[in-house]
Amino acid sequence: MSKGMSETGYLSDEELDNGPGIPSEGRRRRGPVAVLECIQDIPCNPCEASCPEGAIQVGEDITNLPHLLEEKCIGCQSCLPVCPGQAIFLVDESSTEDVSRVTMPYEFLPLPEKEETVIALDRAGQELGDTTVIRVRKTDKMDHTALVTIEVPKEWSMRTRAFKLKR
Amino acid sequence: MRRCEMISVGAGPAGLAAATEAARNGVEVLVFDENDRPGGQLFKQIHKFFGSEEHHAKERGFDIGYGFLEEAEKLGVEVSLSSVVMGIYENRTMNVLIRDRIEQVRAEKILVATGASENMIPFPGWTLPGIIGAGAAQTIANIHGIKPGENLLMVGSGNVGLVVAYQMLQAGCQVSAIIDAAPRIGGYEVHAAKVARYGVPFFMSHTITEAGGEKWIESATISQVDKEWKPIPGTEKKFELDTVCIAVGLNPMTQLLDMLSCKMVPVPSLGGRVPAHDLGQETSIPGIYVAGDSSGIEEASTAIIEGRIAGLAIAHSLGYIDDSSFLEQRDRQFKSMVGLRSGSHGEARKIAKEYINAVMKG
Amino acid sequence: MRIDDHPILGTFEKGQKVSFVFDDKAMEGFEGEPIAVALRSNGVKIHRYTMRRNQPRGIFCAIGRCTDCIMVVDGTPNVRTCVEPLQKGSVIQTQVGAGPEVTRK
Repeated sequence: MSKGMSETGYLSDEELDNGPGIPSEGRRRRGPVAVLECIQDIPCNPCEASCPEGAIQVGEDITNLPHLLEEKCIGCQSCLPVCPGQAIFLVDESSTEDVSRVTMPYEFLPLPEKEETVIALDRAGQELGDTTVIRVRKTDKMDHTALVTIEVPKEWSMRTRAFKLKR
Repeated sequence: MRRCEMISVGAGPAGLAAATEAARNGVEVLVFDENDRPGGQLFKQIHKFFGSEEHHAKERGFDIGYGFLEEAEKLGVEVSLSSVVMGIYENRTMNVLIRDRIEQVRAEKILVATGASENMIPFPGWTLPGIIGAGAAQTIANIHGIKPGENLLMVGSGNVGLVVAYQMLQAGCQVSAIIDAAPRIGGYEVHAAKVARYGVPFFMSHTITEAGGEKWIESATISQVDKEWKPIPGTEKKFELDTVCIAVGLNPMTQLLDMLSCKMVPVPSLGGRVPAHDLGQETSIPGIYVAGDSSGIEEASTAIIEGRIAGLAIAHSLGYIDDSSFLEQRDRQFKSMVGLRSGSHGEARKIAKEYINAVMKG
Repeated sequence: MRIDDHPILGTFEKGQKVSFVFDDKAMEGFEGEPIAVALRSNGVKIHRYTMRRNQPRGIFCAIGRCTDCIMVVDGTPNVRTCVEPLQKGSVIQTQVGAGPEVTRK
């Protein structure tokens, strides 16, 4: 069983490495891809149904962990707002510059604005530093879960999982 | 005395699911609820639900509630609010306090879907104003739109504690920490991750040992516990805050069933004393059914399925559905339940429910 | 104290703004909301003092079950303020012990 997360509330590096929903570094460098940080056998499968490409597999037993078929994922973000656990992120490490983009669900007000500087947070809520908001999406279909994309230094792409406003 | 075919005591997820399922099959249904609005705790659940599409996954709890109400109205289910069922007596008669008058009603089948009440833990200072149930925090913030406090501590890391802690962040409160005497987080880890990433620390193997303050809570002291859950001196940590939320589990509300001398079984994994019931949710008293948290603490999604099963069983026993159609429809619900009662969270509940069904058979 | 704009629920539907009195102080709340909610939004935390030890009590369960939040409302003691709707001109008092004697009308 997952020791780190069950005591701290967030994924340990080891759990991250072994998760069946975590795309490889090679895949992340080729463009936007979903990162499924779901490592507990809870009964849930909306992510599987939401994927237009069949890139997420849960199977008939809905307590199976979601597996990411990274070559099939097109980085469309459909799975992000439907995850009740807000455990799916989109990471894009394809930029030739030293930056990556991380997209995450956000259910707080006020929403950040495009180009606003916010503070990136890691899974434990520790501040990583200032980053810039690239995009904010919120449609009716997303049912009050906004998707916020921020640009972070490449080495933070697999660490940034939240942000907080500076204002 | 008013008579009807089926009464559900409780208009929460189990009661409404049973009422709509029975009404769809032709049963005349009356629902009583002591609250002034229906839905039980569903309207306080503002997060997206887990499960599969058939379990309303990715829908928020209150939206599921609106769906049920719409369906109930369409099917002609009568929901009587501010109606306290005071007792159920012989021949399935009951006295109901409807606002300021008492009515006697008799039904051929009665479903007790009364839900649960919160457990509490006593500690020095625990009666100070500002120490509230997690359910109270949820009610105050999500129904009435005010913050229960500015800065709070959550005691309990089950799904209720985790979900309410997140909801308090959404309401604009600070959450100092989530603590639990158990060594591991009790609820879904993804719920924990949702609060952890905003900087809420988890103190596992910790309990609250004291609440400080003269007239209102001003501080809370927590201590690490040993293997026997005894506080270890010297491990105290003190938080300045104005609110403590207690989320240390629920227990089934079975007073009406106790009045009827229903057979009860102690099952710790389902929250305490649980009424024995068969696969159709019927208790040891013929014509008295139970579903949802009052039949053992589970989830809203399992309560809905148990309610549907009870509704089908009642419609069948009243002759509205024939044997084969009943078995076919019930099997569909059983199948839907399988996923919800498996995995490391659901398996224990599945075994406990099988035990309860076995007790009924004798 | 009040949540003006909630990320999931938006704004909260409320009745008309009305005035009421708490322990001789004029306050405002929304008609139909529980008295306890109106008091809380005015910063009132203590609802009563217990009979024997004179200890303060406030909201605890907020669903009408525990009776910790009982107060004297329009002269009637032991009113569960977490479920009793606020009305225009309600006179609400901190309850001490069992509250004042009430003669049946």
